[in-house]
Amino acid sequence: MNRRRFVALAVLAVPARAFGQANAHVSTTDPLVFSLTKGKNVYPGRVKLELPKIAENGHSVAMSVRVESAMTAAEHVRAVHLISEKNPVRELASFWLGPHSGRAEVASRIRLNGSQRMLAIAELSDGSFWSDAVDIEVQEAACTDGG
Amino acid sequence: MALSRIQIPPEARRGEVVEVRILIQHPMETGFRHEADGRRVPRNAIHSFVCRYNGAEVFRATLSAGIAANPMLRFFLRAGETGDLDFWWLDDDDMEGTAKARLVVT
Repeated sequence: MNRRRFVALAVLAVPARAFGQANAHVSTTDPLVFSLTKGKNVYPGRVKLELPKIAENGHSVAMSVRVESAMTAAEHVRAVHLISEKNPVRELASFWLGPHSGRAEVASRIRLNGSQRMLAIAELSDGSFWSDAVDIEVQEAACTDGG
Repeated sequence: MALSRIQIPPEARRGEVVEVRILIQHPMETGFRHEADGRRVPRNAIHSFVCRYNGAEVFRATLSAGIAANPMLRFFLRAGETGDLDFWWLDDDDMEGTAKARLVVT
């Protein structure tokens, strides 16, 4: 391969990299993730999980998750799963949506057992999975000590 | 029967996406908490939540004790016809809760 062809191929390869590494946020061997995705790739992107950077205590932390989707009958978000890294019950919540939702956004208040990485996985109508992960610092953990 | 408060817009245009907020009075006991005398408080959290609009399911959630006490849920739905929003939930003690709100579509 000459230098010119190598450069051309390298340029072509860039968009594929920008698309995001599959399973960047998730462990494919995590049984909880596997039970949701049945081993399919989980791509980073399209999902926006919003949490504060620091929570004074983990008893009640505002959480919202939004997925980019037209929410039509042909293309919509089927489900959004919220997974905790450190809570005693890691499967925090699942929300089922559909074209009648109009907007793929759900918010609630959650308990967090210490600083951790929170993960949101969205399942789309075409069967693909997308994710977002957010690190949050929790100064006083919930669940295992009081409250 | 648990108390709840629902917030929806007073009226919506057909096809408009409306925000629905519901706040349910519930301890969402984790099962890790102890009374002053050392007895463990058994786990009791709302695990299922469904919202129906004119009889058709529009939103469903499975929750855990990882949701804070007095759970708040905020979600969206597209207004179709004027009709009832029926909320239903079930906790680990098999206690059912229901709530109703009327969505007026102009």
